[in-house]
Order: sequence, then structure tokens, then C-alpha cells
Amino acid sequence: MIITNSISQLGRYFIFMKRVFVVPDRWRIYFKRMIIEMSKLGVDSIPLVVIVSLFIGAVITIQMQLNISSPLIPAYSVGLATRDIVLLEFSNSILCLILAGKVGSNIASEIGTMRVTEQIDALDIMGINSSNYLVLPKVTAFVLFMPVLVLLCIGTAFIGGYLVASVTDLISVTKYVYGLQAFFQEWYVWYSLIKSLVFAFIISSVASFFGYYVKGGALEVGKASTNAVVSSSILILLFDVILTKLLLQ
Amino acid sequence: MIEVKNVAKSFDGRTILHDISATFYSGKTNLIIGQSGSGKTVLMKSIVGLIRPEEGEILYDGRDYLKMDGAQIKAIRKEIGMLFQGSALFDSETVLGNVMFPLVMFSDKSHEEQLERAHFCLSRVNLVGAENKYPSEISGGMQKRVAIARAIALNPRYLFCDEPNSGLDPKTSIVIDELLSDITHEYDITTIINTHDMNSVLGIGENIVFIDKGHRAWVGDKGRIFKTKNEALNDFVFATRLFQEVKEYIVNHGETDNL
Repeated sequence: MIITNSISQLGRYFIFMKRVFVVPDRWRIYFKRMIIEMSKLGVDSIPLVVIVSLFIGAVITIQMQLNISSPLIPAYSVGLATRDIVLLEFSNSILCLILAGKVGSNIASEIGTMRVTEQIDALDIMGINSSNYLVLPKVTAFVLFMPVLVLLCIGTAFIGGYLVASVTDLISVTKYVYGLQAFFQEWYVWYSLIKSLVFAFIISSVASFFGYYVKGGALEVGKASTNAVVSSSILILLFDVILTKLLLQ
Repeated sequence: MIEVKNVAKSFDGRTILHDISATFYSGKTNLIIGQSGSGKTVLMKSIVGLIRPEEGEILYDGRDYLKMDGAQIKAIRKEIGMLFQGSALFDSETVLGNVMFPLVMFSDKSHEEQLERAHFCLSRVNLVGAENKYPSEISGGMQKRVAIARAIALNPRYLFCDEPNSGLDPKTSIVIDELLSDITHEYDITTIINTHDMNSVLGIGENIVFIDKGHRAWVGDKGRIFKTKNEALNDFVFATRLFQEVKEYIVNHGETDNL
């Protein structure tokens, strides 16, 4: 039963995506809406990204120092490990899991409310492809803005670690900074960006899908919002494994 | 004119519409009436294309909606205006933004001309001065009037209204009814109103289609409704003591022709 439902949902999702990815009726309106969505989904997420990254960067640095302090391991390893953790997992997977909660629920509840208040029906009656009009700007805006959030996350997490090194006597600033630069692999940054683009697509499209097909009232909008966050989080974890295998092997 | 021929629709094996046929005339306020759950909303949504019936024909001035391709459907929808039960105004747009919306999406006029048209539509529904307010900042009656202004912005040939008086006080309901009636006559629109408000039925019902348990049970106008022998219709329309007394008075005094 669960498998049948999942396959059915997957089929509906692809049909929905087919309707979303068509040429917009009016390019000018599409770009205008995309800029608005970029501000709403992307720029408004910056404070959350900065706060989370700053603290997690600091915590990673402290944890590394406390757990790998050994005379056999060079002191700069703390900076190096912090950098690789941030680049390989935190700035993409963990960040996107956090954003799935904020952005995913925002999208699902907005579109879901439009559905239950017949605003989507009103668009359809006017002859507008409602899925394209509502969803395409959200998906493209979030995917395009995601690299900015990822780079901001990386930078802020490093600053978090730097503050720990500066304020405490756990590790020297020089060794932390040296660790950040040691054995740097540029590919890790690209790896992080590629993964985050896929996750951004998952978050925005899955949340839109759940919101678009809400039936009922306010209670169902809440349920759809929760389902959107849960489903996109599971998909992020699944694709994390697949992409890591594909990109790092 | 819109003609509905032998339309049938089921959900999960339960038949909601049984072989419905009806004609809705241009320049007249056509009413679909019936109890809650009788199938009138499904009928309206089938006519407007939000639900696809399994059988039948829906003819917009002879053009069968159910046989149209995507481009034809898109074209005909530009001739349709719809007023939803909850108004369905876009929350993120102002009153003016809502009325401008169809013009911006479909009109090739300049921005100034679009603005002029939007202001004209708002003045037509007596809503001058509320342009910059958001839907959440205005009353239910004003929201309905904004929705009417939006529906008529593109000069539609067909206007659909799903329970336009729901949630409104009697006085505001009359204002909305009169507005819809005036607009219908003024622009010769085919207006279909889905309602169970008896004041609307007796006030503006020029062509009334009564749906009972998914069947078309009666067709007539507000004058004939007083003389009907249809039991289900009598039970529905004259359910209250007040309306029963009104009916008795009108029938006894031979006033039905004056309605």
C-alpha cells in the first residue's frame, strides 16, 4: 500500500513538474516574480544561515580541538578538519536540512493557502498555467540564490572557528588559519555547490508540490507543510548519499 | 449563451450529476439553485472547466468546451470572469493590483490604459478610494466587489458567481445582487449565479435552474416559482414561514406577473 502510494505520488510529482517547466506566459512578470521570490526565500534566509553557521563553525572547532588533541596529530589539524567538515557536509546537506524547515514550510503553506482559498482556481479560470506561474519563479529563484547562501555559510562557519581561536586558548589563531589553508582541494567547494543546487531544487519543488495539491482547509495546509518538510528532508539525505558516491569517488 | 447537454459526473463511483441539461442566456441573470450537496457547485465547476464531466456537452455560444484543445481552452478562458465564494483575491496584491492582474497578464494596452480600465472597474463597483488597501484590510462585501471588478476587467462574455452572498449581511447581499444584475444587463453578459439565497432567487432570478439530488428538477423564472407544483422546489424555496406567507400573499393577490 505504502509503495503503491509512493509510486503514485512520484508520478503526480513528475506530471506536476512537466506543467511547471514550460515557457512563462509573460517573461517580464516571470522575472519580476523571481526577484520577489529571491528576496523572500533567499535574502530573508540570510540571518538564519549566518547565525547557524557562526555557532556550528565555533562548535566544530571546539569539538575538533577537544577530540583530536594528541602529540601525534599536528595542531593545525583542527582548522583543516573544521574546513573539510564545513565544505563536505555542513554547508550543503545540513544547511539544506535547516532550510527545508524554513523555506519548505513557507512555500508549502503559501501555495496551500492559495489552493484552499481558491486563488489557484482563480488563476486557472483566467487561463493562466497556475503551476508555472506560482512555482517556476520560486524554484529558479531558490536554486539561483542557493550558492550565495552556501558561500555565506562557509565563510561564516570559518569566522565562527576563528572567533573560538581568538577568544579562547584552545588553539592559536595562526595554526587555525594555517589549517584552513592546508591541503586545500578546490573541488570540495564545487562539490558543495553542486550538492546544494540539487537540494535547493528538491526543497522548492517538493514543497510546491505538497502545497499545490492540498485539499481541505487550514488543518490540511498545516499537514501539507509538515509533509513537505519531512519528504524533502528524506530526499536530501537520500541524494546526499547518491551525490557523495558520484562526486567524491 | 451557454448550453449544457446531458452532463454527468461521478466521484469515487458516486454519481453527483445525472444527465443534466440546461440553457443559460446572455443578458440574463441565470441562477443555479439547490440544497447544499445537491451538485450545483459541481455543475458550475464542470461548466467553467475546473472539473471535467464524464459525459455530455458544454457549449459556449455553440463551441463545445469539452472538445477544445489546450490553446482553445486558454482562449475561451479569457472570455470568462469568475467570482468565487470566498472572493479568492490575491493576498499579496492590493485592491488595485488585484483588478490590474488580468489586464497585466492578458491585455496589450499600455500601462496607463490598464490603470484607467482598473479604476473604471473599481468605480463601477463603487470602490473608489480603496485602491491601495490589501484584501485583509477590507470587509467581506468590499472583497466581493473587488472580485467583481477583477472579473469584469477584461470585458468577459461569461460571468460565473459561486454563492456571491455567502457570509454577507442581507443589505450587502442586495447590493451585490443588484450590481451583478446591472452588469449583466449593461454588458449583455451570460451570467450564471450559484446560490441558495432566497432573496437572490426572488430578486434577480430571470432564469432559474433547480438542481435536486444531482438531477435538473425544475427550470423557470422568479414569477413562475410561485406557481410551481414541484414539491422539492417548494420545500427548498419556501422553507421558512416568512417565505410561505409571502408566497400565499402573492399567489392570492395575483401578483406573480408583476415580479
